Amino acid sequence: MGELASVIFTAEFLGNSLRFATPLILAAMGGVVNERTGVLNLGMDGMMLIGAFSAFAGSYFTGNAWMGVLIAVISCLLIGLLHAFCTVTLVMNQVVVAVAINTFSMGLASSLLRTLFGTSTSALRSPGFENIAWPQALQDLPFFGPVLFQQTIFVYIAILAVPTIWWVFFKSTWGLSIRAVGEYPKAAETMGVSVTKVRYLALLFAGAMGGLSGAALSITGLNTFIDNMTAGRGFIAFACIIFGRFHPVGAGLGALMFGLAQGLQLRIQTVGIPMPYQIPIMFPYIITIVLLVAMGSGSVPAGWGTPYYPDEE
Amino acid sequence: MGIVLELEKITKIFPKVIANKDVDLKLEQGEVHALLGENGAGKSTLMNCLYGLYRQDGGKIYVRGEEVTINNSDDAIKLGIGMVHQHFMLVPELTVAENIILGLKSAKEPLLNLAAAEKKIKALSDKYNFGINPKDKVRTLPVGIQQRVEILKVLYREADILILDEATAVLTPQEVDELFKVVKKLTKEGKSVLIITHKLEEVMALSNQVTVLRDGEVAGNVRTVDTNPTELANMMVGREVLFEFEEKEMDLKEVYIETKNLKVVDKKGVTRVNDLSMKIHGGEILGIAGVDGNGQNELAEAITGMIPFQEGSVVIKGVEKTKLDVRDVYEQGVSHIPQDRHHTGLVLPMSIKENLVLTDHYLEPYSNKGVFNKDVVDEHGAEMIEQYYIKAPDAGVPTRELSGGNQQKIILARELCREPDILVAVQPSRGLDIGATEFVRQKLIDQRDRGAAVLLVSTELEEILQVSDRIAVMYEGEFMGVVKNGEASISEIGLMMAGTRRSNIESQGEVE
Repeated sequence: MGELASVIFTAEFLGNSLRFATPLILAAMGGVVNERTGVLNLGMDGMMLIGAFSAFAGSYFTGNAWMGVLIAVISCLLIGLLHAFCTVTLVMNQVVVAVAINTFSMGLASSLLRTLFGTSTSALRSPGFENIAWPQALQDLPFFGPVLFQQTIFVYIAILAVPTIWWVFFKSTWGLSIRAVGEYPKAAETMGVSVTKVRYLALLFAGAMGGLSGAALSITGLNTFIDNMTAGRGFIAFACIIFGRFHPVGAGLGALMFGLAQGLQLRIQTVGIPMPYQIPIMFPYIITIVLLVAMGSGSVPAGWGTPYYPDEE
Repeated sequence: MGIVLELEKITKIFPKVIANKDVDLKLEQGEVHALLGENGAGKSTLMNCLYGLYRQDGGKIYVRGEEVTINNSDDAIKLGIGMVHQHFMLVPELTVAENIILGLKSAKEPLLNLAAAEKKIKALSDKYNFGINPKDKVRTLPVGIQQRVEILKVLYREADILILDEATAVLTPQEVDELFKVVKKLTKEGKSVLIITHKLEEVMALSNQVTVLRDGEVAGNVRTVDTNPTELANMMVGREVLFEFEEKEMDLKEVYIETKNLKVVDKKGVTRVNDLSMKIHGGEILGIAGVDGNGQNELAEAITGMIPFQEGSVVIKGVEKTKLDVRDVYEQGVSHIPQDRHHTGLVLPMSIKENLVLTDHYLEPYSNKGVFNKDVVDEHGAEMIEQYYIKAPDAGVPTRELSGGNQQKIILARELCREPDILVAVQPSRGLDIGATEFVRQKLIDQRDRGAAVLLVSTELEEILQVSDRIAVMYEGEFMGVVKNGEASISEIGLMMAGTRRSNIESQGEVE
């Protein structure tokens, strides 16, 4: 058993896990902001999917991976705007809006894929992001090299996003407004904080992060797009937020754990442990269910999921 | 002294209702001006126009002589207007300091700069003897202190016009005294205070001038020294008010309901009712006084089977049980007027007649083998509307469309027409106008006179004193004392409400 562990838990495994965790961290950092303003956003999977597709398509047509990222962020900002318009301005049911956004995104990405690229996409590759060219000495560091210095830029953005969001939440006036709006919107409104503005900005931010997250999925190696590429990662990011009790650090750790679960399943398959391959693939999803049940819904923002009607007593 | 705030012919129209019509009001500097009116008279609407939460449809607002437009609360704050809301606008999960600086730009924007704010708050708190620690989380503070945080919020913004909306509703008599002292101190400093209230004593004790609103219009404007409570009450209601009920010596029957060492622990693990034993006889009203949130509601919900209790037992007409079931309790002849008519009292989208049979709908004559007897339900609805003076076009109207008073009458009709032996009434007149309140209290007394045992939970001490035969004061899940009505003075009851046991209160000459 000890021998098996040493084969599985290598530096390469940790590096892979961090890479798998990256899209989750990015999405969760966006999500935690809008959840904290009291808007239930179950539409992150759709956002990620649109992000992944537009990053690929943008990168393919412009020939520039950075343009791909920009287009992904802009597309997801539009989805975020749509979400905000429906849930904040039109005060629609937030779950229904999320279901609509997820279904719409999946359909849109699939149809555009076929319209723009035809039916056989297997050979199509867009420009993508390579690992950052750190000095060879750093890349060759034992353990730290594969974990920290053989990664794309997204990994570093994700790692930096966690303390940044923490700082915004607890050390800035914006964070105070965000937390107050999520807990008791009416109180915030009476203090001159516009609930509408805060919720719009938060959903737009979640959109932008969803775009980055999608790009981190499609154009960091694979450099292509396939139907339903997110495979529910948006929901896993949501689970990370719940697991992290709406705290950015907690959510980040949650995402890291899912990354590890995914790294593990890959490792088990490559090492060739005799078990049906479907079992390790289930790991991240099983963890999602177990954690959601175990953590329950403690410490949710009091105004979570509740639309705010400015004119109501 | 000059006029700091003037409202001129303010009109606010909601769909179907004119909430304010041509309301004038002048607030003098350094004075307390009371805005008096029943619930629904349009006080809150008027203040929300002033505070920028609503836009008025007509009329003008002048602050320090200049006409102003107030589009949102930010505008109001900039004009030096601060509001202490009836339902505190505090975020429980945040600290005192965070609540106070919420929405303000910091000197080091966007950095929070909590330390500087905490220092300033401490200084303000010391100045007014508030004893507030800016680092405390608001949810850990008692209600009286939370109100001080609300006041600090306004003072921190250097407001010199303060609006206090029903500020005494949640306070003990002692806390009310403290609040009055603070208000007097503020006016001495030259600040002007507008109090919104429906309590006459408050107006008489605190204000220099009174504006009375009735049905959205000004019914009178007088200097407080020139008036008296009776005159104000008449202005407020538009007719003579008699708030005295006939006293009747009742013969007590046997004990109808009893709790033995009842203990209720809520979902968060907090003990709400602690080792509580009491007895209520047929033909008496036991009034439970206390500040909201001291376990009264849990007691009422436990003995009606709505929430479980962990220890002890409830004896209903001689049958002792350690576990209750709502339907079972109802079938034992208990009726319940729940605290929150919107959540537990009525199904708002359903019609009046349907709500009227919610408790007994499965029984004859309302249904027969599981099938509704529509004619009987219709007839019953029409009958109750007449008997209980429910103002509604017909019994098929959804209860959501009725006023609070009429909604409460539906609950009364449903719970009382079955002639219960035991009635549990929680805050039965909360939010009702004087007329409806009178009606509700008379109905409680009628039940007692009929021989029922009545448990009345109310945070309005006045209500308890008016109708109860015995008064129990509850504090943190325990009775601080049980007295016959008239045996204890208001200040004694106040002390008990604040957590002093009756046995520890120096006797003030009452007879046991």
